[in-house]
Amino acid sequence: MIALSDYLIVSAILFSLSVAGIFINRKNIIILLMSVELMLLAVNMNFIAFSYYLNDTAGQVFVFFILTVAAAEAAIGLAILIVLFRKRHSINVDDISEMKG
Amino acid sequence: MTNSFTMPDFALASPEIFLLTMACVVLIADLFINDDNRVLTYVLAQLSLLGTLIVTLAVAPAEATYTFSGTYVSDPMGTILKSVIYLVIAMVFLYSRGYLKDRDIFKGEYYVLGLFGVLGMMIMVSAHNFLTIYLGLELLSLSVYAMVAFHKDSLQASEAAMKYFILGAIASGMLLYGMSMFYGATGTLDITELATAIEGKDSNDIVLIFGLVFVVVGLAFKLGAVPFHMWIPDVYHGAPTSVTMYISSAPKIAGFALFMRLLVEGMGDLHAGWQDMLVILAVLSLAVGNIIALAQTNLKRMLAYSTISHVGFILLGILAGTNAGYSASMFYIITYAVTAMAGFALIIILSRRDSEADNLSDLKGLSRRSPWIAFMMLLLMFSMTGVPPTVGFYAKLLVLQAIINVDMVWLAGVAVGFSVIGAFYYLRVIKLMFFDDVENDSPLKVPAEMNIAFSMNSLAVLFVGLFPGALIAMCAAVFV
Repeated sequence: MIALSDYLIVSAILFSLSVAGIFINRKNIIILLMSVELMLLAVNMNFIAFSYYLNDTAGQVFVFFILTVAAAEAAIGLAILIVLFRKRHSINVDDISEMKG
Repeated sequence: MTNSFTMPDFALASPEIFLLTMACVVLIADLFINDDNRVLTYVLAQLSLLGTLIVTLAVAPAEATYTFSGTYVSDPMGTILKSVIYLVIAMVFLYSRGYLKDRDIFKGEYYVLGLFGVLGMMIMVSAHNFLTIYLGLELLSLSVYAMVAFHKDSLQASEAAMKYFILGAIASGMLLYGMSMFYGATGTLDITELATAIEGKDSNDIVLIFGLVFVVVGLAFKLGAVPFHMWIPDVYHGAPTSVTMYISSAPKIAGFALFMRLLVEGMGDLHAGWQDMLVILAVLSLAVGNIIALAQTNLKRMLAYSTISHVGFILLGILAGTNAGYSASMFYIITYAVTAMAGFALIIILSRRDSEADNLSDLKGLSRRSPWIAFMMLLLMFSMTGVPPTVGFYAKLLVLQAIINVDMVWLAGVAVGFSVIGAFYYLRVIKLMFFDDVENDSPLKVPAEMNIAFSMNSLAVLFVGLFPGALIAMCAAVFV
């Protein structure tokens, strides 16, 4: 039997990895999008673990909604990325620095 | 939990249902409208907002009523906030028309996305469950990301959209992570049940505090409080001004509702915990917003930093934790949304097809080009500074009063101090308009409808400042 805390630790690690991925990554915007997805998956893991241990299905229902919204979010993110690439011809994070101050 | 299924009361949610239907109608109708008749889409969008307002007022219950198994609430606070949101967005649509036309982006998408954004805000205002809160928030955010990016020829706009998207997604992730912690600690997603569950727990419960930190961070990101404000200046600057106007006004009102639903209604018993966090956010927002705004030469960026400082004030009212504080914040956010919208409207008025008048130097000598418009802008700047008799004075006064009544005089002192610093950059705008030499003194040509709308908007700021009683009473009546 795997304890609840184990699941929480895994999801906390995933969450930290995704935050680190967003803030440390200086190379590629696609990696940012991947990190955002990972962040939502970490949350999903939390919800499912809690839902199982609380014996309450509401958490799992929430996960379905998060997955659906994440798909919509990825679609918008990639669409913006394409618009950006057309203008900029680069998806390097460092290149997105037109505006400062 | 019962297994019996009771039919939810659809009538309570009829404003949302109506707007959803209308947004879809606009979406389909727009396909059959050619570019010459695009104005039909605009008229349809305005009619949708008007219809939604009528439906909202018609079905508004006198006290909080829950439906859809408690995931949706309709209460007086919601009714007022929603009505203001429709009004503000209708004005935004009105201001944007000429601007969009000049840039060849007068497309149906702007209105469809705008209406879906309004739907998202309505759901945020009426949500009473983590799930509905999240869905409303995402519906708003996704619509707005697309709106920021939708001027495809602009490099700045796509860059702003990317930044907004990434940081907005982090905010949603943080908020969700916090929600999952609350779900784990209390076993419920419902705000009412959450409040009861928290009541029965030790308020120093480590899981609750851990979750609370993430929820507050997520909310602060969305509202743009320091240190989670980095997206605001870039997005305000990069987005087409019509979209900046959209982002800067109504979503702030929905953000306020989010704070009220989550922190006050759901986590009221953790007040001691979130009060400390909000104090830090508020002081930092006031400081960073007002000080960095001094260094800006771009009007949109300046207004962005000014937004951040106003968010500080709104947080002050919420963290007071009294009904007077909540109603003061509500008054502040409503009046601020109207004032900020007019500020961006001025940029639209000054902009021409080939040039974006978003630099402070574009304001030079405005009083000679159009004394009336300059005078209206003067009223707006006075209101943002907090000079009587404009409405900004009462908004700040009420918040400070609420803060002093809970014995946080030092915080009121900090707020006043930074407002004085802030006065410098608002007054600089007035100096530029009235006392600086003009580079081009051709009289400003303003379309009649813009002139009327802008004047009404600015005069409303003055009028509510002269007679604030009705609006204050309305906001106070919500929290008793």
